[in-house]
Amino acid sequence: MITLGHMLTLSGVLFALAVAGIFINRKNVILLLMCIELLLLAANFNFIAFSRYLGDLDGQVFVFFVLTVAAAEAAIGLAILVVLFRQRGSINVEDLNEMKG
Amino acid sequence: MHTMNENVLLAIVLLPLVAAVVAGLFGRAIGRAGAHTITIAAVGVSCALSFYVLWQVTVAGVPAFDGPAYTWLVSDGVRMQVGFLVDRLTALMMAVVTFVSLCVHVYTIGYMAEDDGYQRFFSYISLFTFAMLMLVMSNNFMQLYFGWEAVGVVSYLLIGFWYKRPTAIFANLKAFLVNRVGDFGFVLGIAGVLYYVGSLDFSDAFAAAPALAQESFHIGQHAVPALALICICLFVGAMGKSAQMPLHVWLPDSMEGPTPISALIHAATMVTAGIFMVARMSPLFEHSEVALSFVLVIGATTALFMGLLGVVNNDIKRVVAYSTLSQLGYMTVALGASAYGAAIFHLMTHAFFKALLFLAAGSVIIGMHHEQDMRRMGGLAKYMPVTAVTCWIGALALVGTPFFSGFYSKDAIIEAVGESHRWGATYAYWCVLIGVFVTALYTFRMIFLTFHGPERFRNAAHAGHADGDAQEEPDTASDHGHHGEAPHETPLVVTGPLVALAIPSLIVGFFTAGPVLFGSYFQESIRVLEGNDVLGEIAREWHGPVAFALHGLMAPTFLLALGGAATAWLFFLRSPALADGVARRLAPLRTLLVNKYYFDWFNENVIAAGARLIGRGLWKGGDQAVIDGVVVDGSAAAFDRIAAASRFRLQSGYLYSYAFWMIIGLAALLGWFLIAG
Amino acid sequence: MLIQILFYGFSLVLVAAALGVIAARNPVHSVLSLVLCFVTSAAIWLLFEAEFLAVVLVLVYVGAVMVLFLFVVMMLNVDFEQLRGGFTRYAWLGWITAAVVIVEIVGVVTAKRLGVDVSRGAAPLPADYSNTEALGHVLYTEYVYAFELAGMLLLVAIVAAITLTMRRRVGLKVQNVSRQVSVKPGDRVRLVKMPAEKRQ
Repeated sequence: MITLGHMLTLSGVLFALAVAGIFINRKNVILLLMCIELLLLAANFNFIAFSRYLGDLDGQVFVFFVLTVAAAEAAIGLAILVVLFRQRGSINVEDLNEMKG
Repeated sequence: MHTMNENVLLAIVLLPLVAAVVAGLFGRAIGRAGAHTITIAAVGVSCALSFYVLWQVTVAGVPAFDGPAYTWLVSDGVRMQVGFLVDRLTALMMAVVTFVSLCVHVYTIGYMAEDDGYQRFFSYISLFTFAMLMLVMSNNFMQLYFGWEAVGVVSYLLIGFWYKRPTAIFANLKAFLVNRVGDFGFVLGIAGVLYYVGSLDFSDAFAAAPALAQESFHIGQHAVPALALICICLFVGAMGKSAQMPLHVWLPDSMEGPTPISALIHAATMVTAGIFMVARMSPLFEHSEVALSFVLVIGATTALFMGLLGVVNNDIKRVVAYSTLSQLGYMTVALGASAYGAAIFHLMTHAFFKALLFLAAGSVIIGMHHEQDMRRMGGLAKYMPVTAVTCWIGALALVGTPFFSGFYSKDAIIEAVGESHRWGATYAYWCVLIGVFVTALYTFRMIFLTFHGPERFRNAAHAGHADGDAQEEPDTASDHGHHGEAPHETPLVVTGPLVALAIPSLIVGFFTAGPVLFGSYFQESIRVLEGNDVLGEIAREWHGPVAFALHGLMAPTFLLALGGAATAWLFFLRSPALADGVARRLAPLRTLLVNKYYFDWFNENVIAAGARLIGRGLWKGGDQAVIDGVVVDGSAAAFDRIAAASRFRLQSGYLYSYAFWMIIGLAALLGWFLIAG
Repeated sequence: MLIQILFYGFSLVLVAAALGVIAARNPVHSVLSLVLCFVTSAAIWLLFEAEFLAVVLVLVYVGAVMVLFLFVVMMLNVDFEQLRGGFTRYAWLGWITAAVVIVEIVGVVTAKRLGVDVSRGAAPLPADYSNTEALGHVLYTEYVYAFELAGMLLLVAIVAAITLTMRRRVGLKVQNVSRQVSVKPGDRVRLVKMPAEKRQ
């Protein structure tokens, strides 16, 4: 039988990998965005697991909204990325420090 | 006429104010003549109305007026208002104040004739009259305090009238600061009254006095009788205004002001405010033996020791000033002995003869072309007969010659102290007795040095300065200080007031001693408890002024005065060499006296320097180092440094570093949730 | 038993794919690994009887979002090798953080005071249970307002994405339909009268 623990562990591993990915691929904005998708996926795993084990559908509704927002975020993030690339010809994060204090 | 007209009272107070405002603000427009006309007219009317009021309360038997004229504000049941309490005590004070003020106004025409600040001066003295009348006529502590402070402010302005003289500025600052010390006590006293009585009206406070005597104020574990505390606080205010030791130091220095001011401040008005206030508060003071003993001892000390200073001083005005201090001490002694009537009576007679002496001194100064040093005078009686005669009258009144006004008041005080059984009364009795001798000594020393003996002003050499006495030479005198020129009698505007003051100095005591001292003149104005009524004791021996004076001729006080006069004659007229010899033999004492008991030294080097030291410490250490350096600048600098560090380290501008921090923050939050949550 | 095997199998694939996402040298491989992640996740969600969300995940993410990612990665002429630089420099920090996060998540999940029984199994659902129907029921009643907001959010995202990326090239010739429609003959044809020239 698959218990809640299994699911949560899977989600934790996924989350940790995503976090590690953000650190590792710190220069590549596209990969950063992808790691964020991965983070959200891990969070969604938790929602679905608890929704299932508690017999409450609200968790799945939440996942639905998270997916919506994540899709929107990905679309806008990529659009910004494209504009950025057009402007500078690079998506190297190291070049993007105009916000430096 | 059964009641007093409130409008008359308002007119008495407000006329000098209006005149002061007109003379002060429109002085240029109305000119010199306009300024003195309007102020003299106002004070003259005020004076006439004051005498009318005096007539009403004494002769016509109109009951005392006590009521509000204007309510300023009501806060939590406490009424702040302008109101008048006009009874026989007030009426007498009003008459004295306005009369002396009028004399000074007239006299000023002559004295200040050559001064640039003519209109300003008239404005100030009119304002002074207003302030003093507000003080005297008040029926509540609020207005009393207003008058008290207003008098202080105008006195500050007047002492520093010649504001280009550094000594005058020093003197007026000194007067102001010393008076602040006293006023602080006064405010505490008023606060005490408000705290315990819940009202600022005299009538409420007086009604509550017997109950208040049972209350006590707790400071930590110690219970202090509340009434004694209040009374001593109020008296500290009086010590400042009436220049009692140790707050007397400002009065001799205030001689830097013009002579009419010395007369006005020292004779009739400001310095007597304290005496008047204690007399007015007699219903409070009567219930506190402690406070009265305090008053008695302070007064006696002032009376004797300030008189001694007059013996060594060479500035004619300062001698009179020390004499004033001493006489104020006498009045305070009378207050302390519960002989309030005697204090007020002496206040009145003293107002006449001291104003006379001051104006005479001023007249001498004018005649000598602004020379104030007595060592360069002498033999002036020949040149200034009117001044000399009036000055003699003033002097005789001051030392207490029988039949002169000063005799009645001073003898009454001495006898009252003798009758008193209060703690400290024996000390006070000896002080005032010796004081009589001292008074005669310095008074006749002044008379002899100024009006008799060799004419020292002929030798223009500044021989006197070799003495090393630190008397200031007035700077303004320089343009007409022609030493060696023959002195001249002063004009009528100067001698007129002298004569006008000489007459009451001569006779006022004779006619008023009976009713004021021993009669029921003050009725309810002054309340004396049964056991304290020393004047009542003396009254049994009273058989009219003539008998009193004849009795006085054989009393020890008169012999002491005679002895003082004789000593003065011997030392300063007959053989000055003898005086020098005695002075050499008593050198340490003389040094002590010349340095005025080192009060100024103490104030400047211990109190002022200490305050400066503390101030500097707080400024440098507390304010600049801690508050500015650490708290204000330090916190700003710390923020600056943190911000600079975070600007370059934290705010790198790189997306990933923000992501790092978010994740690290998440991890930290989770950890905190695990550990602490 | 079968379900457990499937779960473990898909989980292994998921973790491996996730590793691929963060460690692949070629970003196209990363995107494809992420696609694999989503597909296996959808499969695991199916095991948990969240059929609707599993389908949505495949349709929306695999079908749309990941294609967008792939498109961007391929379209942008980026020297990804250069972006790989410093891979190992911060790797240790990444792994430490990952370990800490795992430990913390385990700590939170197993914390007694939260009252989560991690060993419990799911109650079996009735045979005629329809996940899509139940979700739709909740979504259109209880969460209808949030649902509409989400729709509006997507609209805004579309508009924003288009506005951001739209580009007007200088000198680009385009039709202006309204001008074409409102044109008058006089604007197009000009009749000129001129004297005939003499034959030379």
